[in-house]
Amino acid sequence: MPDAPGLELIRGEIERDHPGAVLATSFDRGQAALIADPEQILEVLRWLREEPGHRYRFLSSLHGVDYLPADPRFAVHYELLNRDRVERVRVKAMLADPAAEDALPAIDSCVELFPTANFQEREVYDFFGIVFRGHPDLTRILLPDDYVGWPQRRDFPVGGEPVTFTYNERRYG
Amino acid sequence: MEVERRTLAAKQRSARDMLRGDLEGADLEAYVEERVVTTTFEKMLNLARANSIFPLTFGLACCAIEAPISIVTARYDLARFGAEALRASPRQADLIILSGRVSIKMAPVVRRLYDQMLEPKWVMAMGACSSSAGMFANYAVVQGADKFMPVDIYVPGCPPRPEAVLYGFNKLQRKIMGEPDQSWRQRYDAAGTEEWARGGPRSEPSPAAAEAYAQAREIVRA
Repeated sequence: MPDAPGLELIRGEIERDHPGAVLATSFDRGQAALIADPEQILEVLRWLREEPGHRYRFLSSLHGVDYLPADPRFAVHYELLNRDRVERVRVKAMLADPAAEDALPAIDSCVELFPTANFQEREVYDFFGIVFRGHPDLTRILLPDDYVGWPQRRDFPVGGEPVTFTYNERRYG
Repeated sequence: MEVERRTLAAKQRSARDMLRGDLEGADLEAYVEERVVTTTFEKMLNLARANSIFPLTFGLACCAIEAPISIVTARYDLARFGAEALRASPRQADLIILSGRVSIKMAPVVRRLYDQMLEPKWVMAMGACSSSAGMFANYAVVQGADKFMPVDIYVPGCPPRPEAVLYGFNKLQRKIMGEPDQSWRQRYDAAGTEEWARGGPRSEPSPAAAEAYAQAREIVRA
């Protein structure tokens, strides 16, 4: 795990090759994270994967997040690992919710770089409705194919059905 | 008819006489009376059905540890009730135990298994999840298996003890034999207080359901 100055050095090096690709850094509870521009996420991931001296070759996890009251609302987190040095770095791509109805947030797929991202990107699509451009087969993976909605979004209704108790008997009884 | 109770030695003596052809008249009548039971064909058939159930080897979630895995072990021993032969094919099974939560993706599969079973067939919803979804009030779980298939008996618990599953199994046997167990309704003389799925403030049971319950009440009172 790079420490806080090491993270700033990584940011500086990426900035030199890809200006504007890293928007910010965060170092919290010993965990390093780069907040990347979603339009240049592939450049950042490829740089971290290929650059001699860094070589974060392993994508240990990819997940979606919904920070509902915040703006930008969505994020895709990439947990990268260098297995020689056992160093981890996190890359976050923040995605705004498209204003248009039925429009989905979109980001480039990293299956070309990390084949393990295939199923994980499908899972993020399944639960958050984040589209990964260039994914070979972006379909639902856990829910039924005909499911409607993105159930892990925070504004998705909890579900279930009303139960009659004494206090709400007049409503449902 | 009152049958005279005799000692084992006397019974053995009369059996020996029967075999030798020495038994005649009233003695022969008493001998036959002791050994023959008359009943209807339906009762006999239901007795056989209730005591030779083949459950389906089928588990959905954590309840599958309690049943059907535990109840066939030596400690609980489902064989006492003639149901130790778990079948791996729905076409050979009579009883499906829904042991766990049914997710919306699993529901068509469960329904298909149920449809593949041959009549007569029974369903036990085991545990809180398959009865009512339990704690899973969310997008992924069907809110009670009776939403998409008929259920004969509900065993509460999370998970139910194997004893509870066996108790539910015994109640199912009574139901198959045409003597549905009224449990607390019988104890408190409360037959006729069954609840109906309420469609509105003045909804009533269907004529078929009302007739079935009327029959059940007659059995309870008899």
